[in-house]
Amino acid sequence: MAKIFVENKPYEVDAKQNLLHACLSLGFDLPYFCWHPALGSVGACRQCAVKQFKNEQDITGKLTMACMAPASEGTRISIQDADAAEFRRAVIQGLMLNHPHDCPVCDEGGECHLQDMTVMTGHSHRTYNSPKRTFKNQYLGPFINHEMNRCIQCQRCVRYYREYAGGDDLNAFRLRDTVFFGRAEDGVLENEFSGNLVEVCPTGVFTDATLKHHYTRKWDLQMAPSVCTHCALGCNTTVGERYGSMRRVVNRYNHEVNGYFLCDRGRFGYEFTNSPARLKEPMMRGAVVSKSAALESITVGGRAIGIGSPRASLESNYALRQLVGAERFYAGVSGAEGTAVAAALSILKSGAVPSASLLDVEQADGVLVLGEDVLNVAPLMALRLRQSLRNAPMRAAKKFNIPPWLDHAVREMVQDQQGPLFIASPYATKLDAVATATERAAPDDIARLGFAIANAIDRGAPEVAELSEETRTLAASIAHALLGAERPLVISGASCLSTAVVEAAAQVAWALHRQGRAQTRIAFTMPEANTFGLALLESKTLADALKEDGIDTAIVLENDLFRRAPEHLVREFFEKVPHVVVLDCLPTLTTAAAEFVLPAGTAAETSGTLVNSEGRAQRFLRAFVPSGSVQESWRWIRDIAVAGGRTDCAWQTLDQIIAAMAQDCPALREVPEAAPARDEAGKIAREPDRYSGRTSMLANITVHEPKPPQDVDSALAFSMESGFRPAPAPLIPFFWAPGWNSIQATNKYQTEVGGPLRGGDPGTRLVAASVQAAEYFREIPAAFRPAAGEWLVCPAFHIFGSEELSRHAPGIAELTPKPYIALNPVDAEVLGLHAGDAVQVTLDGVTGVVPAILRADLPRGVACLPAGLPPFEGCALPSPGKLALAKPEFSVRGTP
Amino acid sequence: MFSLLRSLWGVFLHAFHKRVTIQYPEEKAVLAPRYRGRIVLSRDPDGGERCVACNLCAVVCPTDCISLQATEDEHGRRFPEWFRINFSRCIFCGFCEEACPTYAIQLTPDFEMGEFYRKNLVYEKEDLMISGPGKYPDYNFWRVAGVAIGGKAKGEAEREAAPTDLHSLLP
Repeated sequence: MAKIFVENKPYEVDAKQNLLHACLSLGFDLPYFCWHPALGSVGACRQCAVKQFKNEQDITGKLTMACMAPASEGTRISIQDADAAEFRRAVIQGLMLNHPHDCPVCDEGGECHLQDMTVMTGHSHRTYNSPKRTFKNQYLGPFINHEMNRCIQCQRCVRYYREYAGGDDLNAFRLRDTVFFGRAEDGVLENEFSGNLVEVCPTGVFTDATLKHHYTRKWDLQMAPSVCTHCALGCNTTVGERYGSMRRVVNRYNHEVNGYFLCDRGRFGYEFTNSPARLKEPMMRGAVVSKSAALESITVGGRAIGIGSPRASLESNYALRQLVGAERFYAGVSGAEGTAVAAALSILKSGAVPSASLLDVEQADGVLVLGEDVLNVAPLMALRLRQSLRNAPMRAAKKFNIPPWLDHAVREMVQDQQGPLFIASPYATKLDAVATATERAAPDDIARLGFAIANAIDRGAPEVAELSEETRTLAASIAHALLGAERPLVISGASCLSTAVVEAAAQVAWALHRQGRAQTRIAFTMPEANTFGLALLESKTLADALKEDGIDTAIVLENDLFRRAPEHLVREFFEKVPHVVVLDCLPTLTTAAAEFVLPAGTAAETSGTLVNSEGRAQRFLRAFVPSGSVQESWRWIRDIAVAGGRTDCAWQTLDQIIAAMAQDCPALREVPEAAPARDEAGKIAREPDRYSGRTSMLANITVHEPKPPQDVDSALAFSMESGFRPAPAPLIPFFWAPGWNSIQATNKYQTEVGGPLRGGDPGTRLVAASVQAAEYFREIPAAFRPAAGEWLVCPAFHIFGSEELSRHAPGIAELTPKPYIALNPVDAEVLGLHAGDAVQVTLDGVTGVVPAILRADLPRGVACLPAGLPPFEGCALPSPGKLALAKPEFSVRGTP
Repeated sequence: MFSLLRSLWGVFLHAFHKRVTIQYPEEKAVLAPRYRGRIVLSRDPDGGERCVACNLCAVVCPTDCISLQATEDEHGRRFPEWFRINFSRCIFCGFCEEACPTYAIQLTPDFEMGEFYRKNLVYEKEDLMISGPGKYPDYNFWRVAGVAIGGKAKGEAEREAAPTDLHSLLP
């Protein structure tokens, strides 16, 4: 800590930071553009000028850029000094010379950092009358809209895109006031995190192209804190609604989880909520019926089973479990997935190495990835992993006394050096470009490499038999690098559906821990938003359910069983079960086969709890009340129970069902801590103070202004009126502060800029590491040998397409790949195949025809199918399959 | 006594003054153009819709009686998909006109809007649109805005330089 003087008043600030960071953390309003808490300082925009004084006697002082000056002991500055204020006003005036007269038609208007800063500096009249420079815009894909005239050349976009996110197709062109930020030619932005440009750009150059289709100002959105459901990381989001439809998703800062950024699937996948295909009313045998008619017809007797879902909330899964009884409730995941997830969960509970939060991932300085395509399975983890690669080289910067926030100096120092990152995966991943070494192998070989690394770290770990000399050398070098790290991290997960890979990852982490690396962390990526939550609740899987006989009713919760098991097995199951009830938000093959379909709400329309891959329970709250009969799945299940005369499932509010769940399930005891209960937090408005159109938006239906809906589930109100208390961190509906309308208002909610939210980051960890170290795993799989005429078909994950719900968003659908099978060119030659040939694939009893692509990065004997895409979405991959050149009469099955 | 007589005389003189009261509705009052009556949506001099659906009128409205939804044509020109004013809530304060950056929304000297049913006071866009520019005959927002629309490419707005040639090597 250091004592600095602002306007002659002493303040305690972090001495390792710069003055801008210190001033903003102290709550002062100091304008800035090029600085960003996640990107550091470059001193490009000259906007954060303050007057700095030598000592108490100095009254002249000198102008200095707050972002470039350290907050060292005894610094005396003045923000309000007339010279500094005039300088800042003049800088804005210069930046605004070429800024077009666009605000009324600009999507950024009303949440524009440039607007805020212009108002803050007092520049209110433009005197420049000469021609403004203009640019032609580019087409940047379905997510990002480009309007280059508005640019103020702060360079944040390219700094974020190139240096932070690792993209290389956005750049700065030309010079002086004609610097152009864009691509070399029109085209879709290739980086998977391009959506953050919307928030990084201080003005309206990069705006949300999906929002443009149903544009709403920030002040008109009814917002709520939500959790992204498009992967298992549980990034915190703010969802916004207007006129009954969902309008957009923006980042909701959570220091330990997503920080300042989201991936494009999370940001733009929301449009499935507005899909015209949405189920809105109950259906009985394909016909729409009333709610009461549907509930009367559903009977749940002693021979009913429930199939839960890893994409439904904990509450909904628990409700179904209570309805049918714990012994007749099954986790709706494939058998192989259930086993792999259970292995990961038990490792996190029994081992001494705790699971890594995404903040831990960013702080790691030596990383091993085993069997994961991190970028496509858990995208944001890849973004934060990319930042971790700077940690080891930055130690050198520390030696030269370069503070970490001095961005360009650090980058000059670090140059192209990367910290140790080792990736072993079945196919080449995008992160390979920054990896120290990579290994492409079948899952069993990946596991063997992991066990070999563990053995090289700690000789107490079992040795791997029949290891090749190359693998042994690689393992030794990885072990050496990981042992050299202060905060080593092992990343693995359920993507290979291999218990051996998961155990190998744990073995490496445990070996490091035993060698005194107490800061070792382990991160498991999980397939879906609530995979861990479901695993904490139930271990029996769909495979067990499909084997059951004598069932009269099966209740399927938010789950498309055709994605969990091969089609013929599911069809057989549906044939032997007379009554099938399905709750879901979108039509699937499962809803088509069901007798009863009940419309469930999506995350933006409902409230509940999800457990992310770190084991953190996080509450999401509804932004709006959906139209039609749509409601939370747990409310449907309660209605079924109550209609059947049950009294033990009559929960009325979210807090009631959470309390019941915490009492019944010891593993979920901490869930109520995830967010304050309804009565504990006063009243929090979902609508900003300036929300417009209250007396007019429904006037075409009735002029009598209906009472807004009441929310019995949370402290958030469908209103503009808040109580006196500030919203606790898990219930912040949107970031806004007086004078700070843009997302930069986040600064005002943090204990210090870039630090935790005030009152602690949202969410509570349900899984804690054990105090005692667990025994090493002794079972090591044999090396993978390709069988003649058989391929090990592995899943190839795609950020756009592999996830079920986001595929219904038009932008994501546009970028979803067509079905294919990838195999090694040498294997293709053996089969007599060429790229583009139709291949008949037989897998798990399912046969389909897909075009072939050749990938030299695949190991021999391994083929890849896009995960989650038809026709093999029901097969648990990896799985042995047969390939043959298809006869011409076969045709490729399309999406359902 | 004197003041009493003076008052009587003053009242008597008023009998010969010009009458202020007019026989409404047979006789109509002359209202200034800036009178704050019925709200209209005007068109620019080229006949195009002036409203760009910026939502500023809606946000400034003290009774929240304006709502609208923005949309765009295929060339990027923004306009309201629908625009609604609930005149049964409107207090004719004129803030919307003051806030409007395009002179689209204007208050007119017409106050004869009485209805028997409140729902008839809910005006949709087709009830609000007029065919001319109203009080501001010359202004056309799109001529000064930086975005391109159909018929106006980048660099063709007022006080705009031609678009930068990115491939030029000249400074």
